[in-house]
Amino acid sequence: MLRVEDLCVEFGARAVLRDVTFDLYAGETLGLVGESGSGKSTLARAILRLIRSSKGSVAWRGRNLLTCDRAALRPLRRDLQIVFQDPLASLNPRMSVGETIAEPLRIFEPGLNAQARRSRVGGMLERVGLAADMIGRYPHEFSGGQCQRIGIARAMILGPKFLICDEPVSSLDVSIQGQIVNLLLDLRRDAGTAMLFISHNLAVVRHLSHRILVMYSGRLVEIAPRDGLFEMPVHPYTRALLAAVPAAPAQHGAAEPFRAPSMPSPPIADAALHAEPAGSPPAADFGCAFRDRCAYAVAVCATTVRLEEVAAGHWVACHRSREFTASPLPPKD
Amino acid sequence: MPPVLTIGDLTVGFSRPDRSISAVRQVSLAVAARECVAIVGESGSGKTQIFMAAMGLLAGNATAQGSVRFEGGEILGAPASQLNRIRGSKLTMVFQDPMTSLTPHLKIGTQLAEVLVCHAGKSWSEARIAARRTLERVRVPDSGRRLNQYPHELSGGLRQRVTIGMSLLCEPLLVIADEPTTALDVTVQAQIMDLLRAVREEAGTALVLISHDLGVVAGLADRILVMYAGRMVESADSAELFRHPRHPYTAALLKCIPSLSGPRLERLPTLPGQPPQPGDSLDGCAFAPRCPRAAERCRTERPLLQDDSGDALGGGNTRRVACHFPL
Repeated sequence: MLRVEDLCVEFGARAVLRDVTFDLYAGETLGLVGESGSGKSTLARAILRLIRSSKGSVAWRGRNLLTCDRAALRPLRRDLQIVFQDPLASLNPRMSVGETIAEPLRIFEPGLNAQARRSRVGGMLERVGLAADMIGRYPHEFSGGQCQRIGIARAMILGPKFLICDEPVSSLDVSIQGQIVNLLLDLRRDAGTAMLFISHNLAVVRHLSHRILVMYSGRLVEIAPRDGLFEMPVHPYTRALLAAVPAAPAQHGAAEPFRAPSMPSPPIADAALHAEPAGSPPAADFGCAFRDRCAYAVAVCATTVRLEEVAAGHWVACHRSREFTASPLPPKD
Repeated sequence: MPPVLTIGDLTVGFSRPDRSISAVRQVSLAVAARECVAIVGESGSGKTQIFMAAMGLLAGNATAQGSVRFEGGEILGAPASQLNRIRGSKLTMVFQDPMTSLTPHLKIGTQLAEVLVCHAGKSWSEARIAARRTLERVRVPDSGRRLNQYPHELSGGLRQRVTIGMSLLCEPLLVIADEPTTALDVTVQAQIMDLLRAVREEAGTALVLISHDLGVVAGLADRILVMYAGRMVESADSAELFRHPRHPYTAALLKCIPSLSGPRLERLPTLPGQPPQPGDSLDGCAFAPRCPRAAERCRTERPLLQDDSGDALGGGNTRRVACHFPL
């Protein structure tokens, strides 16, 4: 349904997004994980053409969103919606909740009379777990979780085919996060919406996604089906990311805490990360961006690295991926 | 050993033009020397305000009642001159956002040295040598060069290392770390938690960790105190709390942490409803509207924080829970 090919975004001399290529199928949820500054939100904005890309294409049902003119783009936007991270900042404080949710209807269904619009908005409010009589209230009267429900209602009212969720639960309390994730799951089930779910929280992504994209420094370093990624992460960065997630001790009767994946591997949390993430590399550097932090880096890592398929549907951009999947990890160099 | 910090019956309120609200209600706790205590709660639960009161950093419209004793001396209501002898040297704080807690227009070396010049009476040249040693202590690579850099030249993780180093300069008895890793990425978070663990062992300071994330504090805290709506609802040894949470809120909070292992669930476990707003008047238990175990008694009679024998004061650090029907 959506095919992103060789998408690049440059801010000055920095390649913020480089050669990002992936497909999204109808009804599918793709999880996108990576650290801050890795380009997750930039990718979301570039897909929707909210920022300018320097190269590549974004084909939505065969039409390139990046080259079609504004008049042609506009009707397509009704199928492509986004929910932002900061629920309060993404709502207009001077518009009532009803006006905010009704705005997409005003634009895309101008024939709708006020009463019909009001009933659609009221129905949507109830759909996202708010009372229909809250329609006249303003964003400051709501909590963060409720504001995020309003943002979701605004994005879903037109019945989009594709929804980008950019860290939709990151600013919410733990007890509220689950409510919002479940709401998205319900909407997905009822409407069959495809999603790109961006998060730095791997556990949340695991519960929602069919496939997962791992991004590092503007590049996709691993693409895998959900279970493939958690059971056999290959890229050293992916494994470091998984190992860094703090595991709460096992609860009474609960599952064992997450242990390093089943693949034989050294304790990579200490081993793989020499330093902190660097900024985006210069546009001229095509080597592996992770090599400065990677305990397994060798000379070849400075040369151009591409995604290669290591198992069915499981792609990794690492020169040593074959060694890592074929046998227990070789000793560190 | 007497505790380093003792907080007794602390209530913190804020007066607003229309009404006054209580952020912290009758909280008591003690932190022993070299102990690591975590305070866990959601936003608005009052966890930060307890320690803002302890540092004398409350906002102008705030009032604090009760007592906060540090090394036996009362802090609440103490004049600034007395507070300034303690805070920043014996009692220090690490904040969530290292960019806003460092001064943007001063070099790292100057900011660190200033602490020693002001609090320890060192000369600037001595202080700079100590500052460099501190950066090495918090594992900042290339410390000599870093001293001459400004905060914006450092990554978030390095900045947080600097603020942790700053908090250790005067050999404090107690460091309060308020969400020290919340603004950081997960891989950097793991590095900072490792650092806190190491410096705590090396320096032998007591540590208070304020966090919304039980998973983050689990590996470091000796004891965990759970806050809800301004009150402490459970206090337990860290391993014990995870093994057997007794307050329904604690249990729900633990269940809500999505896991990286185990079966993938169709729906995430959730806590229904919203936490009360700080201004809401609460008869009975504040958690009752969201609690699966709530009965009539919970809505009318507020449960006291007490141990199983019904002793509200307990023997200091015994396990306590504020619930009529604990798990």
